[in-house]
Amino acid sequence: MQLLKLKETVDFMKHRKVAMIFSILIMLAAITSLSINKLNFGLDFTGGTLIEVGFEQAADLNKIRQIMDTNGFDDAVVQLYGSSRDVVIRLAQREDIKAEMLGNQILSMLQEGTGQKLVMRRIEFVGASVGDELTEQGGLAMLTALICILVYVAFRFEWRFALGSVFALFHDVLLTLGLFSFLGLEFDLTVLAAILAVIGYSLNDTIVVSDRIRENFRKIREGGPAEIINISLTQTLSRTFITSITTLLVLIALFYQGGALIHGFATALLFGVFVGTYSSIYVASAVALALGISKEDLIPEVIEKEGADQEMMMP
Amino acid sequence: MLNHSPLWKKLLVLFVVAIGALYALPNIYGESPAVQVSGLRGVEANAATLDTIKSQLTKEGIDYSKITFENGQILTKFSDTENQLKARDLLESNLGDKYSVALNLTPNTPDWLASVGGVPMKLGLDLSGGVSFTMEVNMDEAIAKATDGMIGDFRTDLRGENIRYRSVKEVGSAIEIQFRNAEDVDIAESFLSKRYRDLLFEDNSDKMTLSASMTEQKLKEIREYALQQNITIIRNRVNELGVAEPLVQRQGQKNIIIELPGVQDTAKAKEILSATATIEFRMVDSDGDLSAALNGRVPSSSQLLYDRDGRPSLLKKRVMLTGDHIVDAGSSFDEYSRPQVNITLDSPGGSKWSNATKNNIGKPMATVFIEFKPTDRVDAEGNIVYEKIEEIISVATIQGRLGKTFRITGSGTQAEAHNLALLLRAGALIAPIRIVEERTVGPTLGAENVQLGFQAIMGGFALVFIFMLIYYRAFGVVANLALTANLVLIVGVISLIPGATLTLPGMAGIVLTVGMAVDANVLIFERIREELREGKSVQQAIHQGYDAAFSTILDANITTLIAAIILYAVGTGPIKGFAITLSIGIITSMFTAIIGTRTIVNSVWGGKRLDKLSI
Repeated sequence: MQLLKLKETVDFMKHRKVAMIFSILIMLAAITSLSINKLNFGLDFTGGTLIEVGFEQAADLNKIRQIMDTNGFDDAVVQLYGSSRDVVIRLAQREDIKAEMLGNQILSMLQEGTGQKLVMRRIEFVGASVGDELTEQGGLAMLTALICILVYVAFRFEWRFALGSVFALFHDVLLTLGLFSFLGLEFDLTVLAAILAVIGYSLNDTIVVSDRIRENFRKIREGGPAEIINISLTQTLSRTFITSITTLLVLIALFYQGGALIHGFATALLFGVFVGTYSSIYVASAVALALGISKEDLIPEVIEKEGADQEMMMP
Repeated sequence: MLNHSPLWKKLLVLFVVAIGALYALPNIYGESPAVQVSGLRGVEANAATLDTIKSQLTKEGIDYSKITFENGQILTKFSDTENQLKARDLLESNLGDKYSVALNLTPNTPDWLASVGGVPMKLGLDLSGGVSFTMEVNMDEAIAKATDGMIGDFRTDLRGENIRYRSVKEVGSAIEIQFRNAEDVDIAESFLSKRYRDLLFEDNSDKMTLSASMTEQKLKEIREYALQQNITIIRNRVNELGVAEPLVQRQGQKNIIIELPGVQDTAKAKEILSATATIEFRMVDSDGDLSAALNGRVPSSSQLLYDRDGRPSLLKKRVMLTGDHIVDAGSSFDEYSRPQVNITLDSPGGSKWSNATKNNIGKPMATVFIEFKPTDRVDAEGNIVYEKIEEIISVATIQGRLGKTFRITGSGTQAEAHNLALLLRAGALIAPIRIVEERTVGPTLGAENVQLGFQAIMGGFALVFIFMLIYYRAFGVVANLALTANLVLIVGVISLIPGATLTLPGMAGIVLTVGMAVDANVLIFERIREELREGKSVQQAIHQGYDAAFSTILDANITTLIAAIILYAVGTGPIKGFAITLSIGIITSMFTAIIGTRTIVNSVWGGKRLDKLSI
């Protein structure tokens, strides 16, 4: 079976100007959303207390809010989580109460107030300093990852490809963050992990394409850089599609069966796979092309062995 | 001949997959409830303890399925939790406080498998349920304590050398010694700088002062020591809690991570873990004027402290011994039936103690109880401010030169003596700690997470399996074999590596690996198709396909591995779990997708005259 039956080389690079404008626009949109909406940072980053409670019957959120209110927790955010019987209560850092004791206190408060039998599903308390540290570390991790990858790709390929692929990664990360900011989805540690996985996936794609471009530059004697890039993209296109499909298949399974805790993770990756595939074609390759990638850059230099030998003989 | 795998390669693939399967096997046997008994404070559980447990269980008619003695622990397995709980209660009340009795779940791994080191995967707290704490050590207090100790040492040393000084006090982050003349400054400097090589001395002859500050190296040492010591002490406290398989680990420069699987009642755990009490022994300043001190004129080398009933005493500031030298403590009664606390010191503590007491026989000595309580205030750098509470618990006369073991009387009632002993035994923390992060996962959520994760893996696996079969037909079967082998290898490797734990994000990592691992095969198969379209022979196409795709696969996987390793370095707990499964998955998938499928393809199609390929 074959999904794509391409006889002709697709002229991807013809549309690169349009794609670039599209990329720039959507990146600007992401930046705008990030600066206006900010990211909805989860507990891991902000600090505070989170309590997940399982009720026997469908939970009455208004009643719970009322109980929290009357006990002086008027800043509590009460939400359903995954099902109608699971409730998550979030509290910001408080000055007056020892935060690490809060969980048990609220649990007994709700037990009394609702008269229902409750199950403590989880309690999380994160100090503010921990959150700050994590934000710093998370940012640092992404930066380190990008730099390490830049160095590796530059070493294995060529600096133009390296810049192209890192630019593509930056593009993917920015857009994924933009999506989370735009939809107001919670950004927690698992999402950070997903974004690093997106980096891994998108890079995978970019490397496969770059590898073929390098190979074709060496193999095909005629045709300019744009044409060779087009040929390479066409040749790798069906692989790109199939890998995207298999990855999307598992992500769909994860999204629907992995439970509420893993939703953010699956969402980030689902989106990341799309932008990652797009960016390896239109960002990574287009940037390498714009930077003036050419045949000479990729053909290995012939080392003049004779001369080298003689130099060695010199005292 | 083209596309022929040598025998050793076939055997290697078989061997690796077989080993992977062997070590993945323990995961299918499940777990049964057990009670774990281990000795506390130097007491070791032994064969005799085993017999005691056996006879007690038999006497009470509690059925157990198996009882083993291993690594100083006695593990009794039960067929149901009812018997397990009964046994726990029985043993807890009968064995006494020399043993810790904990509930546990033990794998039902068959003996032959366990004997080759087969163990099931370790589950993270998000899957097993339990509580994890991150505790922060207050380093300022650790340094302040070291400075205090040094001030005392300077006084003793200068006095011992007959160098006259006016005062020794803390100024900013340095210690300043005030002398009467410039000559003494020089003498003191040459003497002290030889003795304390890790300090920086700076003389100021005009003001007749000598100031000493700690080098960066010394500060680092103090911090490191405080962290290590606190970890040791918390480990002791955790052991007293009676938790099966706890984890105490350092994180970064000042944090300690504590994981207590299966613990639901966090209140008790927190109380015991964060109790930051310590004791110090100090001489009573008998020469000082207590009534003058009560009116505010406290001698500079002394301090006014009160006992529980508000009775004041004037104590020397110099600390003779701190609680961190205590290795054991217990309560009993003296010859007059008064409660007493028996203390055993480590050997450096013992010699220090013996030196300190030999010149003070017949003089009164005080035991000071010190507790740090976190307040709501925060200092300029965002660190919590602690309140130091000092209380005299006893004043006793030193009866003779004391050694490694001695006793304190006068610590109140028997219950109080018992509590003091417990606190001393559990160890005094070098520096106060506080909880900065806590995560509790209930048992229902944990079990649910396991089920959800398992479903997602199976769902994703089935979808990819079917897709590959339809799309690549015979070669799809090969890819699916590789995918199955990969899954088995991942499970086997996680089970085998001691530090690897499976978490919910880790399970997500496996799902993702399933989707991405076939990429290597897709690359190879697409390449083979391309070569076939270009008119190459079947054997040529297979050969070229594998060859050309290899470097691409390698590069693509190494870069993903870089991202995973960075994630591992930065992440904590569950995220580390994701990084681990992702990394393992990348490595095993390279093996199965390249070497594994090549071997199968070669055996089935290699070297034969074929016109068509089912790809």
